[in-house]
Amino acid sequence: MQRRASARTASILLGVALASMCFGCSWVLGDTPMSTVHPTTPEGRLIQSIYAEITWIVLAIFIVVEGLFLYAIVRFRQKPGDAGVPDQVHGNTVLEVGWTIIPVLIVMAIAVPTLRGTCALQQPPAADALTVNVNGKQWWWEFEYPDYGIVTANELHLPTGRVANLMLRSDNVIHSFWVPRLMGKRDLVPSRGQRLWFTPEEPGWYVGQCAEMCGASHAYMGIRVKVDTREEFAAWVESQKAPAKTAMSDPGFMTFMQAGCIACHAINFDGSPARQRVGPNLTHVGSRTTIAAARFENTPENLARWLRNPPAEKPGSLMPALNLKDEQVAMLVSYLQNLK
Amino acid sequence: MATAAPLPQVEPAYSGSGVWSWLTTVDHKRIGILYGVTAFGFFLVGGLEALAIRAQLMRPEQQFVTGSAFNGLFTMHATTMIFLAIMPLGAAFFNYMIPLMIGARDVAFPRLNAFSYWVFLSGALLMNSFFVVGAFDAAPGWLSQIPNTGWFGYAPLTERQFSPNLAVDYWMIGLQILGVSSLAAGFNFIVTILNMRAPGMTMMRLPVFVWMTLVVQFLVVFAFPMITVGLILLTFDRFFGTNFYISGNGGDPLLWQHLFWLFGHPEVYILILPAMGIVSEVLPTFARKPLFGAPFVIFSGIVIGLLGFGVWSHHMFTTGLGPVADSAFAVTTMLIAIPTAVKIFNWIATLWGGHIVLKSPMYFALGFVALFIIGGLSGVMHASPPVDLHHQDSYFVVAHIHYVLFGGSIFGLFAGIYYWFPKMSGRMLDDGLGKLHFWLMFLAMNVTFFPMHFLGVDGMPRRIFTYYSSDGWDTWNLVASLGAFALGASMLIFLFNFFRSLRAGAPAGNDPWDAATLEWATTSPPPLHDFDKIPVVTSARPFWDAKYGGHGAPKSKQEAVGGHAAAEHVVLPNPTIWPLVTALGILIFWTSFMLPSGPVFGVTGFGVLVLLFGLFSWLFEPLE
Repeated sequence: MQRRASARTASILLGVALASMCFGCSWVLGDTPMSTVHPTTPEGRLIQSIYAEITWIVLAIFIVVEGLFLYAIVRFRQKPGDAGVPDQVHGNTVLEVGWTIIPVLIVMAIAVPTLRGTCALQQPPAADALTVNVNGKQWWWEFEYPDYGIVTANELHLPTGRVANLMLRSDNVIHSFWVPRLMGKRDLVPSRGQRLWFTPEEPGWYVGQCAEMCGASHAYMGIRVKVDTREEFAAWVESQKAPAKTAMSDPGFMTFMQAGCIACHAINFDGSPARQRVGPNLTHVGSRTTIAAARFENTPENLARWLRNPPAEKPGSLMPALNLKDEQVAMLVSYLQNLK
Repeated sequence: MATAAPLPQVEPAYSGSGVWSWLTTVDHKRIGILYGVTAFGFFLVGGLEALAIRAQLMRPEQQFVTGSAFNGLFTMHATTMIFLAIMPLGAAFFNYMIPLMIGARDVAFPRLNAFSYWVFLSGALLMNSFFVVGAFDAAPGWLSQIPNTGWFGYAPLTERQFSPNLAVDYWMIGLQILGVSSLAAGFNFIVTILNMRAPGMTMMRLPVFVWMTLVVQFLVVFAFPMITVGLILLTFDRFFGTNFYISGNGGDPLLWQHLFWLFGHPEVYILILPAMGIVSEVLPTFARKPLFGAPFVIFSGIVIGLLGFGVWSHHMFTTGLGPVADSAFAVTTMLIAIPTAVKIFNWIATLWGGHIVLKSPMYFALGFVALFIIGGLSGVMHASPPVDLHHQDSYFVVAHIHYVLFGGSIFGLFAGIYYWFPKMSGRMLDDGLGKLHFWLMFLAMNVTFFPMHFLGVDGMPRRIFTYYSSDGWDTWNLVASLGAFALGASMLIFLFNFFRSLRAGAPAGNDPWDAATLEWATTSPPPLHDFDKIPVVTSARPFWDAKYGGHGAPKSKQEAVGGHAAAEHVVLPNPTIWPLVTALGILIFWTSFMLPSGPVFGVTGFGVLVLLFGLFSWLFEPLE
């Protein structure tokens, strides 16, 4: 009776654990913007398939081993009738060999798809891949399209159906490029040219973030990726290649120079590549949906707030508070907003 | 149970209880207590740092601390827990228990042992001196001087260019000094375990805790030189303008990562193996059976230690080392699952068929096994490089390491505290409060850390000081933070139990758990000289066999454990202040470079003089 009761307790416990796990999976793993289990690229789905296989194996092991463990505790706890000492069993070689071989087999089952995936993901990308140089900064991203002579910041546009080959570089500290719904992460290690490639398929916005601790505003180093249809992408490229819409005589640009913005930021008037690379290129800043590496939505209020005191909004920001007068801020905001 | 006869001699000048007797002690038991108390103090400090982290992350866009202060909090939380709490808590048990368990009167080098402790304390204080230095700093608040580049200290963020303030210097030099302490202790315990065993205590008769300690000390001796080299190169970069890790000038930041993880991964086993050793003592005692397959448990511990040196680059899968390196390190990492599984199966088999006595030490040991299984399994998941491209630097890894280091190491160490407290103090910890502590800690631990798996899968990167509500991470962060506060509360129960039992706990007697190993054969607390007569060992469970008869049992219990026999002529080392003075010299020397006003070379010279004077006096003081 005692035995059966303990076995029943153990199986009830196990059932509760299982049920809560299934219940858990259905809603704990939300459809979050940076979910790692909702891939939209073939490369992401390859990771997902390995991820899923290992997860199920591991869950099965978890249930069996914790089940045995709980059973042993319940079944063999000391009961009032237990006099003397139990059998002094020292070991059993057959068992030892058995539970060495079982993990070996499980490890092999995990290793084979893992190694296949590891190699597949690090092959050279397709020859017609779109190359983008990704430069990690403290704390923003510069995206450079060598094929088109475009330099932009923080919002990466990629076309569907063409392999995107990101060349990852940093001239400062280590960053890590991570847009989970597109692909796993890869670090930007100074002195090393790392590469990450994947094939966007579903148009839309994707959210990502720097994943290697890079200083005070590591948390504010967001990434936005817009996957465009081919037509949208072509139109975007044309708009970005165009020089700034305003003339150098524009009063807003005069403020831009007088306030000192131009020391770090470039605005291209003649279609030539940008020269100032300390801060983001602002030629088309008005066309971006966010500012300061996805710190804010790109609205006049947010831009004004940012211009007044960047370090207050983003700790350690290399962009200093320039003590701008209210009218200067207003002038700059309307000017920058118009740089579509 | 017979108590040891009182001894007429060998209670010399240092049996006193004054401060001076503690400063000059070379007794392994007192040094063990010093380690334990200091480490537990830092455990509480690290815990408060963790609570500040969880307070900041409780809600999206919370403004509890600034970004760089948050970076400082997680840097010091990890550094404190690893180097100032878990490692020295292990050292407390090594110090106190190893000589007792192998039937010795002290460690091989008692004065070096004292030196290890004082150097450890120096490094720990130096590392935490931002409390003091920050007060003199122009920037407001002591948090402005907290080391904030992560416990892994990745170059080039740690270089002067990106971290100009003194905080990183304190962290770097503090770590270097702690390495001196660990190495000295490592050699000491290797020699102690190999050379100081009682007659008949063959290697395969050593308790598993002693074996795991031996493996850990070899890991320390081989792993710490790696970080020593890494830190020396960083010191040169920061103080003398070299370029070891600066890419622009031909250095390579990945060199730091290789050196750091060549140390860092064995370090994980340095943290977990002592807990595994403790659990391997506690489970058999409370199942009232010998450890199932003890040789297999021992050898799998050795294999884990060896493999631990061949897996470091799995911390670097995202740096793009290429498919060959990634594959090799993925396979070696997965291989570690095999000896680990063997250990777990043997622990379960130890329970099987036993009469499991559910006392508080056993609760913590069982908690260790249950939680360590989870941590081990999630470790297998990110051994796969493609999967690791998501897991690396996400909250999934935070969940993993806390299941290993909190669910594993901390639960194991608490099992040790509850198990050996009666031996150390002569009094029992209250069992009811102990169980209450266990349940609150066990539940809170899971409430805190299990949701972090979900956060990781939902894409939350680690080490971010804030997040937006639109990220969808609010709920689980709130749950984790509430769990963390409950974890903090569980420590209050323990502290209450500890201090109350220290004064008013039930007397323990020599052998409250009916255990098998030699430390239970002597009094609680043990006399200064540990054993009246060095025991002669004839089996792997000498004290059990003496009590119950069995394989190789001697005719009488006294014969096995040296109970009533007249005390031998016991020679114990003299107390001495010089190890402390020598450690102080090291502390003064290094501090002189890192004063808020810049290096003061007069102080440097003074430090050297103190160091040399301490060493000289140490060498010429008679040992006995």
